[in-house]
Amino acid sequence: MSSYRWAAGYIDDGDRPKIVTSRFHLEDSYTLERYLATGGYQALRHALARTPAEVHDEVRGATVLGRGGAGFPAGTKWGLMPADKYPRYLVVNGDESEPGTYKDRLLMELDPHQLIEGSLIAAYAVGLAQVFLYIRGEMPLAHERVATALNEAYVAGYVGKNILGTDFSVDIVLHWGAGAYVVGEETALIESLEGKRGEPRLKPPYFPAAIGLYGQPTIVNNVETLSNLPWIMANGAAEYVRIGTETSPGTRMVAVSGHVERPGVFEIVNGTTTFRDLIYGDDFCRGIRNGNQLKAFVPGGGSAPWFTAEQLDLPFEGKLVGAAGSMLGSGAIMVMDHTTDIPAAALTLTRFYAHESCGQCTPCREGGTWLERVLQRVVDGRGTSADLAQMKEIGTSICPGEFPHASSSRHGLDATPFPYKMTTICFVGPSAYAPVHSALTLFPEEFAARVRDRVQIPVTAVQ
Amino acid sequence: MSRFNDDNLRLAKEIIGRYPKARSATIPLLHLAQQQEGHLSDEAMAHVAELVGATPAEVLGTASFYEMFKFEPVGRYLINICGTMSCALGGSDELLAHAEKVLGVKVGGTTADGLFTLERAECQAACTEAPNMQVNYRHCHRMTNELFDRLVDDLRSGRRDGDIPAHGTLARVRQQIPAERAVGPAALDDRGAPAWLPAKEVGG
Ligand SMILES: Cc1cc2nc3c(=O)[nH]c(=O)nc-3n(C[C@H](O)[C@H](O)[C@H](O)COP(=O)(O)O)c2cc1C
Ligand code: SF4
Repeated sequence: MSSYRWAAGYIDDGDRPKIVTSRFHLEDSYTLERYLATGGYQALRHALARTPAEVHDEVRGATVLGRGGAGFPAGTKWGLMPADKYPRYLVVNGDESEPGTYKDRLLMELDPHQLIEGSLIAAYAVGLAQVFLYIRGEMPLAHERVATALNEAYVAGYVGKNILGTDFSVDIVLHWGAGAYVVGEETALIESLEGKRGEPRLKPPYFPAAIGLYGQPTIVNNVETLSNLPWIMANGAAEYVRIGTETSPGTRMVAVSGHVERPGVFEIVNGTTTFRDLIYGDDFCRGIRNGNQLKAFVPGGGSAPWFTAEQLDLPFEGKLVGAAGSMLGSGAIMVMDHTTDIPAAALTLTRFYAHESCGQCTPCREGGTWLERVLQRVVDGRGTSADLAQMKEIGTSICPGEFPHASSSRHGLDATPFPYKMTTICFVGPSAYAPVHSALTLFPEEFAARVRDRVQIPVTAVQ
Repeated sequence: MSRFNDDNLRLAKEIIGRYPKARSATIPLLHLAQQQEGHLSDEAMAHVAELVGATPAEVLGTASFYEMFKFEPVGRYLINICGTMSCALGGSDELLAHAEKVLGVKVGGTTADGLFTLERAECQAACTEAPNMQVNYRHCHRMTNELFDRLVDDLRSGRRDGDIPAHGTLARVRQQIPAERAVGPAALDDRGAPAWLPAKEVGG
């Protein structure tokens, strides 16, 4: 079997190593009983038999790149906390809401104990006195599964006071959000956890490691990042880095959605699996639906600049994808076939970011709203060529200088690499512009036709 | 309309006790208030403010930031249809149009019988299962017009009462920390390194 009734979207065809999804094929994967029967909490025992510094070194040695979007190595991030400042906190980022992203919800629903064990390993390694597990509000099943798992784990002695009879004691408090995409940004997450509006904090400091929750040193890690830790403790960093590449070791969960034959969530080998493998491979999405042609794809969540068929052979590797003009972000690929109305597709993303702006920065609040309005006008067939210029102007006010984009031989364009400059506190502002910029740069003819002919086409054209 | 009832007040105090600062419990308590009433009333928010040591304006300021908090009554079932890219590519515009027709309300509207409120929502972390919607935040994957009609029928007739509680109730399982196992909140004035961290290893 390759897909499972209880794991909507997850597909494990082929012979791929499994680090975080190894229990997804089991219907009762989320229970303590099954977790223990499949090696659960053994990694914690291994960890507790070693010193915290040794555990930290093991994680550092594995170079687990953060899976929340920024790709910063977890072990290195933990090392950024100032010495001698206590208490320190861990905030688990389970706010998954970047367009196209679908993996953390599965990890919380299907293997909550793995996440709990990973969080405990982190807490032990760097002396985190309390863990807050922040789950997105619109995920009641994840909440129920994690709550049940925590309740079981407390009673069984894996969480709380004197864990497994040692002097390691830590509470994991389940917390949840109430619907606001920007809260996924780590400093906004902290504000929200303090009971405030979820507005990102001014940078610097760039990481909350020094000044985080209640002004104390705080580690924020993504659900998938932490879910890797039990495997790493059980099998060792050396085994972990044998999978994937030197710069991108291990595996990654990737959701591929949109116009493919078989959309799915896959655990892939990091660094080597290409976009072509993912979109066309038999073990993955099996090509574009109905034998259609690929028009474009978003390689790393709604915030990422778009790619076309020219970038299909790039592997899932951050540096290469960055040089090619985009980013891997949160492991989310959205595929558009040749029937897609590009301006309308871009609008579905720009509308998202405009809607999710917290309003602190003028270029994001005003710029996002205007981008949405002007693009809507163009999509509705009421736009003019001045509107196209205006969208670029608004974009420049959010991101001065050249915005990253992919190469396009059709238009004689070389790639402009990541990242961009920005006038905003966080990436929501630039993300509102990214789809507009990609669409205008890679498919100028569709906009030209739209403002010339002023016709109206539905978002999804005929199949 | 109402402050917390006795059971919820006990629960609220238990939740507050898990955080180093009471105000951190604001959002969980607002959810609890919404569970009790279906939406947030001024009185409920004032009670939350009292409990977490904030002003009612501060609590309203927080609550109004978040999509899930409703300040007016909504239907027993809140239907959120995703309109972000993957779902749009999968036909969510058509689903939304169908929903408007079947329910006889526009986006944002509530049916006259008070059963359904229809909203257009953003990405629901189910992108491979487009088009998606949620009923009281329970995911419904790969929706079709037929599935939608059946769901509405089932909800009307109470056949889904077992798995979809009325709006306001999110998870039906709550975290319970047994008193004898609880460490308690990591107090801000406790400046020492945790017991298991040898002093020489401070800073990692
Ligand atoms: C607007 C915005 C939204 C974000 N949303 C999420 C999210 O939903 N989940 C997540 O883990 N990280 C999200 N991030 C990234 C976090 O800020 C942070 O980098 C991450 O949680 C750190 O964990 P990691 O190092 O394990 O990846 C978001 C960032 C931005 C700017
Ligand atoms: S960029 Fe937008 S969402 Fe981010 S802090 Fe500024 S206004 Fe808020």
